[in-house]
Amino acid sequence: MATEFQLMKNPVLPLFTHAWNKDKTQVCVSPGDNKAHIYSFDGKNYKLEHTLEDHTATITGIDWSAESNDIVTCGHDRNAYVYCWKKNDAGVEVWDPKLVILRINRAATCVKWSPNGKKFAVGSGARVISVCYFEEDNDWWVSKHIKRPIRSTILSIDWHPNNYLLAAGSADFKCRIFSAAVKGVDEKNKETEWGARKKFGEVVQEFSTSTAGGWVHAVSFSQDGTKVAFAAHDSCVYVVDATDNLKMHRLPCKALPYRTIEWVSATEFVAAGFDYVPALFSFTGALQYIGELDTRQEKETKSTFRALDKFRNLDSKGTTEGSALKTKVNTTHQNCIADLQIFAGEKGNVAKFTTVGSDGKIVVWDLAAAKRSMPSSAA
Amino acid sequence: MSFAPAPKPKPTSTLQPYPDAVRSSLSAAMCLQNFASQVVERHNKPEVEVRGDEELLMNPVVVSRSDKESVLIEGSVNALRVSIQIKQADMIEEILCKKFMGFMMMRAENFVVLRRKPVPGYDVSFLITNFHTEQMYKHKLVDFVIQFMTDIDKEISDMKLTVNARARICAESFLSQF
Repeated sequence: MATEFQLMKNPVLPLFTHAWNKDKTQVCVSPGDNKAHIYSFDGKNYKLEHTLEDHTATITGIDWSAESNDIVTCGHDRNAYVYCWKKNDAGVEVWDPKLVILRINRAATCVKWSPNGKKFAVGSGARVISVCYFEEDNDWWVSKHIKRPIRSTILSIDWHPNNYLLAAGSADFKCRIFSAAVKGVDEKNKETEWGARKKFGEVVQEFSTSTAGGWVHAVSFSQDGTKVAFAAHDSCVYVVDATDNLKMHRLPCKALPYRTIEWVSATEFVAAGFDYVPALFSFTGALQYIGELDTRQEKETKSTFRALDKFRNLDSKGTTEGSALKTKVNTTHQNCIADLQIFAGEKGNVAKFTTVGSDGKIVVWDLAAAKRSMPSSAA
Repeated sequence: MSFAPAPKPKPTSTLQPYPDAVRSSLSAAMCLQNFASQVVERHNKPEVEVRGDEELLMNPVVVSRSDKESVLIEGSVNALRVSIQIKQADMIEEILCKKFMGFMMMRAENFVVLRRKPVPGYDVSFLITNFHTEQMYKHKLVDFVIQFMTDIDKEISDMKLTVNARARICAESFLSQF
């Protein structure tokens, strides 16, 4: 059901974000420092292939375009880099970095390619979203700013499949949909189900979390772009349906807040975060919690009693009591999940997805198998 | 909180609801993430200490057993401050508590999450940041704070007994001379 790989070990480092290439043979991760590592994956083993070392501070966002095969990274050093796989002067194929001037003065927090791979958006602590596109004439990436009415750090962004609407969740308890159509890059934008045609940087819609408020950690458009789901720190998930008069549905959850969200079918989405397990929700006019995708099975541990262990524990931990020595949690992830990406299938029709977390693990989840083993009582 | 099961009931079950309440409040507050300052460029500071932006702070929670014994939990986006007010019934306990906490806080770096100064009105404070929750098991961090809370009470009452016993012996041997 869930296949786990301890990607970061000796020492165990947290993973904040990861991105797969188009055919899911390579993954780019960053262990919470200024390096991004590209691993190749053959279904069984991970092998380190390349290390990207251009950033000078923590990398916070990585995205790999399925269209152009370019990698974009952003970090706390207020920069973004676009990496192209091409031949260098010596004729060897390498990841060639290109610095993107984001024109921001605070840390960049998240980055996402538009579905057609022609532009990307970077959220930042400068209360700005930089929308970047490539200018052939000057041979560099140019950025345009979305400023108003953002009041706090942008925590999450997602593109509408039409490439010109952009959803952003921020720490000012709001989820907003902006127009991010760039003249010359996009075809003329039309009126959508989300509202009238707007100029670049204008707000199309704005949604507030509940009165208690919560930082909007994750936001995701459905594959047809008619619905947007977002998760906030008030432990609620929200869905706004554009086909139903932009009605907002809110579901308070028992679990701790979710940090990442993704639509797995036209009516279902998965959220994961501080509760260590991915949870499945359905939306068919009404928002419903279906259940956890992790069976929380107790891992078998060696129970052979050894006198040496007893005294060693007494010495190092000051106890021989079983409960105090048990450190593992009964979930697959041992710490909070930070990011979720599609592994097999595409948005709206997902067969497998992967999650990474602060425990340095990358876990592949088989959705159909996970659904079968889901406890029926949870529904 | 569903992943932090309440421990098995202990013999002193009348006192158990207090640490249990602290445990669940702590588990909920310990949802921290890496967050660079949005006030100062290239800084990454615990927001609960900096208090630069109102929206990044959570409402503080006080869990108290009596007016002499309480825990203050202040949350923020990337750090969490736990302050403990330890029960001090008489002057001996007050002195013992002050000395003992002073001893601990002088060696704060050995405790990793201990703060060098307590929050006003409290005896000892912990500062837990996102970097701690990334390196350590979250439930073990919660366990540590709870364990600290319960052990310190035991330690102080033990010391009080010893001090009293010693005082009695001293007084006896002194008065026996007359």
